[in-house]
Amino acid sequence: MIVGQRKPIDEIYAMIVANDVKKLLLGGCGTCVTISFAGGEKEVAELTAALELKATSDGWTLEITQLTPLRQCEPEYTREMADAVKAADAVLSLSCGVGVQTLAAEFPGKRVLPGVNTMMLGSHSPDRLFIEYCGACGDCILGETGGICPIVRCSKSMLNGPCGGSVNGKCEVSPDIGCGWQLIFDKLNELKLGATWDEVTTARDWRPSWHGGPRRLESK
Amino acid sequence: MSNLQRVLESGKFAVTSELGPPRDADASVVIEKAKLLKGQSDAVNITDNQTAIVRMSSIAAAKLLIDEGLEPVVQMTCRDRNRLAMQADILGAAALGAKNLLCLTGDHQKFGDHPQAKGVWDLDSIQLLQMVKAMRDDKKLLGGQEMAVAPDLFIGAAENPFADPFELRARRLAKKVAAGAQFIQTQIVYNVPKFEKWMEEVRALGLDKKVYIMAGISPLKSAGMAKYMKNNVPGMDVPDEYIARMTAAKDEGREPKEEGIAIAVELIEKMKTIPGIAGVHVMAIEWEEAVPDIVKAAGLLPRPMG
Ligand code: SF4
Ligand code: SF4
Repeated sequence: MIVGQRKPIDEIYAMIVANDVKKLLLGGCGTCVTISFAGGEKEVAELTAALELKATSDGWTLEITQLTPLRQCEPEYTREMADAVKAADAVLSLSCGVGVQTLAAEFPGKRVLPGVNTMMLGSHSPDRLFIEYCGACGDCILGETGGICPIVRCSKSMLNGPCGGSVNGKCEVSPDIGCGWQLIFDKLNELKLGATWDEVTTARDWRPSWHGGPRRLESK
Repeated sequence: MSNLQRVLESGKFAVTSELGPPRDADASVVIEKAKLLKGQSDAVNITDNQTAIVRMSSIAAAKLLIDEGLEPVVQMTCRDRNRLAMQADILGAAALGAKNLLCLTGDHQKFGDHPQAKGVWDLDSIQLLQMVKAMRDDKKLLGGQEMAVAPDLFIGAAENPFADPFELRARRLAKKVAAGAQFIQTQIVYNVPKFEKWMEEVRALGLDKKVYIMAGISPLKSAGMAKYMKNNVPGMDVPDEYIARMTAAKDEGREPKEEGIAIAVELIEKMKTIPGIAGVHVMAIEWEEAVPDIVKAAGLLPRPMG
């Protein structure tokens, strides 16, 4: 899923004041950011209360409407928001950056502000720790790396790791980060594919990745 | 042919040293350090923004060394440049007279003075080795373009026997050799038993016959530095025995730096006895003046001149 983290309330409030917003639509998203506790119905309600409190103590007139469609990244769902969007000065979207841009495209002339920092494509462990799993590189090599992504799970995106900074399974960058290449090697061994590690992976073609302008895909 | 390659091929125990360029534009710092190191080793590594701290370019500093009559080993990391910039710099370094290139992945930018920077990591060290080898041997750029005059470089790489998982450390060396490494400079050795174990695996894979392995040696300055390296530098293994010796030197009113040099010399003597070790790489980080004392005491002078 897309994992996001809500922006600090002071930053959000400053955006509201800077844009002279009196009537705000606070738009959540019922899919990815609901799972990462950043922008679901519950977080929309919590943020509404917090912003109202802040505005009151600040003497700022702020009227907030809450609305959380199933997904903000699909026009089919954002259209449900049309009336509420029209009635508001601006929308504060708690979806990922895709949702923010989809809303803005759907409602020309309306200011759509981001309330979430979109962080990663990741998943989480039972203790609510979200970890980045995929960088959407456009040419997946998980089949060669035991199903663990070297592009994002190695801090240097190495294709021939582990580097000399791997210690006790941890990355040189931080003892909180598992060394992606230790994970890959363990997994390859588990799959009895340890010997495949010895093959050199040649320089990568990054064209399918992030370096050719916005990527496009025609759906048939 | 590079002087370093000639010495290694002659079968003599080779010595390289290291010079860290300054954090400003002062050429005289490089020239002074070069004068200290002249005649003390077969070639001098010039670090490339070591530990992700901005310093004078390794290639520019290498040129200053060449002008002083020394032979540089230009270090190149994959952190700060993509394949275009790296190839441009490799061609430029060769055009300026550099004959040795050490291919490194590089420390992560978070360790340095610009943790805000975007790391590049277009290639890793093994892919860099492949690229340089193809430039030299096939006269081809990575993109396929052929060239009339290829860079004639003796190609090196590093390896850290003390990083994990241990079982991959000799195997990773094999990948570097397959990719084009002709000489290896190891991480600084303090833990000799572990290093010997690694060398056993290296020999079992026949790698000592395919690549010249130079053991990394660095004099400890103080017990504090030893402890810092042990605890804060990932992949650095400093046994307590040496920390105790450095502490004792201080407590007994002796000069800890002299003890550090004595330990370095002992380590070099040990390295000479390990089968498959072709030389030592002496790194006295921001303490280049220690190098002459160490190589002299280790009986490695005079150096065979190229
Ligand atoms: S290889 Fe690419 S597509 Fe596959 S998980 Fe990694 S970043 Fe995602
Ligand atoms: S320690 Fe592991 S994850 Fe970190 S940069 Fe090195 S190989 Fe990559």
